[in-house]
Amino acid sequence: MNAIARQRYQRRKIRNYIAMALACVATSLGLLALAWILGTLLWKGFGNLSFDVFTQMTPPPGGAGGLLNAIYGSFIQTAIATLIGTPIGILAGTYMAEYGRGTKLTGIVRFINDILLSAPSIVVGLFVYEIMVAPMGHFSAWAGCVALAILMMPVVVRTTEDMLLLVPDSLREAASALGAPRHHVIRKVCYSAARAGLVTGVLLAVARISGETAPLLFTSLNNQFWSTNMNAPMSNLPVVIFQFALSPYADWQKLAWVGALIITLTVLILNIAARTLVAPRSQQN
Amino acid sequence: MKDRPNILVPSTTASHGNATAAEKVSIRDVCFYYGETMALKHITLPLYERNVTAFIGPSGCGKSTLLRILNRMYDLYPKQRASGEVLLDGQNILAPGQDLNLLRARIGMVFQKPTPFPMSIYENIAFGVRLYEKLSRTDMDERVEESLRRTALWEEVRNDLHRSGMSLSGGQQQRLCIARTIAVRPHVILLDEPTSALDPISTAKIEELIYQLKADYTIAIVTHNMQQAARVADHTAFMYLGELVEFGPTDQIFTKPREQRTEDYITGRFG
Repeated sequence: MNAIARQRYQRRKIRNYIAMALACVATSLGLLALAWILGTLLWKGFGNLSFDVFTQMTPPPGGAGGLLNAIYGSFIQTAIATLIGTPIGILAGTYMAEYGRGTKLTGIVRFINDILLSAPSIVVGLFVYEIMVAPMGHFSAWAGCVALAILMMPVVVRTTEDMLLLVPDSLREAASALGAPRHHVIRKVCYSAARAGLVTGVLLAVARISGETAPLLFTSLNNQFWSTNMNAPMSNLPVVIFQFALSPYADWQKLAWVGALIITLTVLILNIAARTLVAPRSQQN
Repeated sequence: MKDRPNILVPSTTASHGNATAAEKVSIRDVCFYYGETMALKHITLPLYERNVTAFIGPSGCGKSTLLRILNRMYDLYPKQRASGEVLLDGQNILAPGQDLNLLRARIGMVFQKPTPFPMSIYENIAFGVRLYEKLSRTDMDERVEESLRRTALWEEVRNDLHRSGMSLSGGQQQRLCIARTIAVRPHVILLDEPTSALDPISTAKIEELIYQLKADYTIAIVTHNMQQAARVADHTAFMYLGELVEFGPTDQIFTKPREQRTEDYITGRFG
């Protein structure tokens, strides 16, 4: 190596060190923020966690209580929203990937779906307020379910279409070549080939809606008592957190931390489940 | 395996002489279009019953296209259309109003890349059978075993019938696809370069299998490999640029081709 070459090589090496150092700093900053948030949450959340949280109703200021009504409300509203949103989302995604592939309608639907995917959730809340809460004259759990279902649908539509498009056409041809009608090919072959991806899409959509506050503020609002009436306001974790965290009462603030911990752990578990479902599929290929 | 009764025989006539075989499929003046592009030009060709007919020719000559007309696979895609007539037992399958699913149950197809369904070995075979037959559990078990025996796969998988079909090796997957095809008891089997993704040993097994299946089925095979055509086929069709250049008994095509272009291709002077 002559002198000039060595000099150029040294310069390149220094630049490499600088770039790598900057990347490391950026990564650690990001990780630090995340660790800080999670650490605070775990610290404050676990510190206030008790058996009462799962057995008592939300308390009045100064009283003792838990989050049972909010946990139940969140669970039931998320579950019903999933029951509404999943079939519609999967069927729409199936149309786009199987029947209407390459058509103008599919292009339009995909474009609108992408807008919906990134629409602020408060807009969806206001929309459902206009079409359900205002005409009915009162807040209700049903309205909350519809708002959450509208929020989850675009996620399911998108993942369903993407996952079905990953199924090779050779598999569809092979099933058709045995004399299977189209719907049979889709149900038995395409769905089972894309199953892990489809389930992942639904899980991610559930994770997305389980922490939404804005749409529920305008629809199911909140209820400090135990209520299973879907036609009345219903408690839910995000709105309780929102309300309690902003309050001046220390015991409410503590419960807000616990609620945040419960939602975070739920989302974390859903994400891990989604990841482990996808993993074996990528190993197979 | 050879002493088992051939319960998969689809038709009752038993003519084995290649020279006297009847025309099972008659391709008459068939043209094919991808959009505006004409890919096949006035093809006329017979497929004799219980014979293997090979389609050979350079890439892009239309041999796979011709095969995909025979079970109307092209119908899955808009903008692809065929004209002319293809008679299966005297009935024109290109005529409008054909039930394509029933047609495809009678004309099976095996593809270039093995395409096991993402389900168990057993279910891979039962899938097609269930579409048109309602069998009891024991009858279905028998049918699955029968099909796997005919494709010489039974001994290899008999204890793993509920393992995923995707877990088999490439050659086994392709034999599974053939087993799946014959399980629905078709009359004609179409093979689209069935060994081009396989190693030499698997290829030899598939060729042996084709030779045995010929006793019961009418077979059309597309191949890139001229030695393969010479080994397995009774008749060979040489195609070039969407035209049928020459069709005849395999011996004659490979030893005394009538056309200069056929001779140039099989001796490797172009292609």
